[in-house]
Amino acid sequence: MRLPKFEYFAPKTLEAALSLVAEQGSAAHVMAGGTDIMVKMIHARLKPASIIALNGIDGLDAIRFNSEDGLTIGATARLVDVASHPDIVKHYPALTAAVLSMANVEVRNMGTVAGNLCNAAPSADSAPPLMVMGAEVTLAGLKGERRIPLNDFFSGPGLTVMDRGEIMTSIHVPPPAARSGASYQRISGRCGVDIAAVGVGVMARFDGEVCQDVRVVLAAVAPVPLRAKETESLLRGKIWTSELIEQGGDQAAEEAKPISDVRASAEWRKKMVAVLTRRTLVEARERALKG
Amino acid sequence: MKHQIKFTVNGDEYSIAVDPWRTLNEVLRDDLNLTGTKLGCGTGDCGACAVMVDGRTVSSCLTLAVSVDGKSVRTVEGLAPSGEELHPVQEAFVKTGAIQCGYCTSGMEMAAVHLLSHNPSPTEKEIRAGLSGHLCRCTGYNQIVEAVSVAAETMRNPNQKR
Repeated sequence: MRLPKFEYFAPKTLEAALSLVAEQGSAAHVMAGGTDIMVKMIHARLKPASIIALNGIDGLDAIRFNSEDGLTIGATARLVDVASHPDIVKHYPALTAAVLSMANVEVRNMGTVAGNLCNAAPSADSAPPLMVMGAEVTLAGLKGERRIPLNDFFSGPGLTVMDRGEIMTSIHVPPPAARSGASYQRISGRCGVDIAAVGVGVMARFDGEVCQDVRVVLAAVAPVPLRAKETESLLRGKIWTSELIEQGGDQAAEEAKPISDVRASAEWRKKMVAVLTRRTLVEARERALKG
Repeated sequence: MKHQIKFTVNGDEYSIAVDPWRTLNEVLRDDLNLTGTKLGCGTGDCGACAVMVDGRTVSSCLTLAVSVDGKSVRTVEGLAPSGEELHPVQEAFVKTGAIQCGYCTSGMEMAAVHLLSHNPSPTEKEIRAGLSGHLCRCTGYNQIVEAVSVAAETMRNPNQKR
């Protein structure tokens, strides 16, 4: 159970952290909350020569919202602070639901959204709601920073488009459009602690009863969180009758590419994609029409 | 290279040199002899190692000791106000028979104290959610949930005779 040996750095500024990452090279690993990295090290799947902890960087844990710019979540903001932030609870309930579905109280007191994204598990709960809401992530490097859509961030299980030497510094979510609503729901074998066997995020915008725009993202049923684009086309520009919602679920199940593993069979996962897609469509519409 | 860190545990100040790869759990148990905090799974799944850092419960098996530099740690040894008197949560655990083998107890109690500090009147569902991630292999969950609700009542009415 002992951890492998490593050097530990706790820089006080982002600049210092970026220099350290460059200096230490590929054997260095950046750590926010540590809840994924520690487990990987305990299981000897990760043996970094050095850990560069971000928690000492002043202000990197800030969560800011205003109705013009939307929401910015700093890389070291704890999951618990994201889930309970009054503006997130009010304007981004799908994100609150996703974060509260993760792990347990202790891990939510330690873990971060940025860490959840950088860990890049296909089952990452924060990814679907953030992707459907059009989130972008800021990646900083010694040469400057870039901001990319979260949609383009994941490249495989545990893999992202981040370059070596880059650090994710924040996540940005646009302000919710008028008459739009989002939902995230997940299912797993146990109600607590277990990672999602299937997760579905939906965001939809309406004009009257007609859906103007919709995004559907499926978690844990493909190598990366998956946009269900055919499902979106099916639902866009239409009134969501109960028949159409039923068809939306079936179409999403069609688009999912799950595998069978210790958590669930591929067949069951497809069925649950249909169920959760219907439920999230209904919830997103409810929130949109109420708002 | 060892790091010199300063932190408090249950109000006592410590200044020690630790290797960066040692967990808070190891340092509490092996260096400070505070063995009330247990180690269960070692991967953050079972809750047995829960302690508070700056008032929030964390898994001490997933916390590097170097990372608590400058922070305040509270363990199960720091719950009771004195050697004579137990914390209301501990008293409720004894009274309701919520302790069987005892291995999960310190983690459960830390979670209960944390929950009640945020929510003095939790429903049964909220208690179960607050303790979710804490495994009791004796499966005495009902008594544990009852203990938390008894403790909540005691803490809401501290002047009533228990």
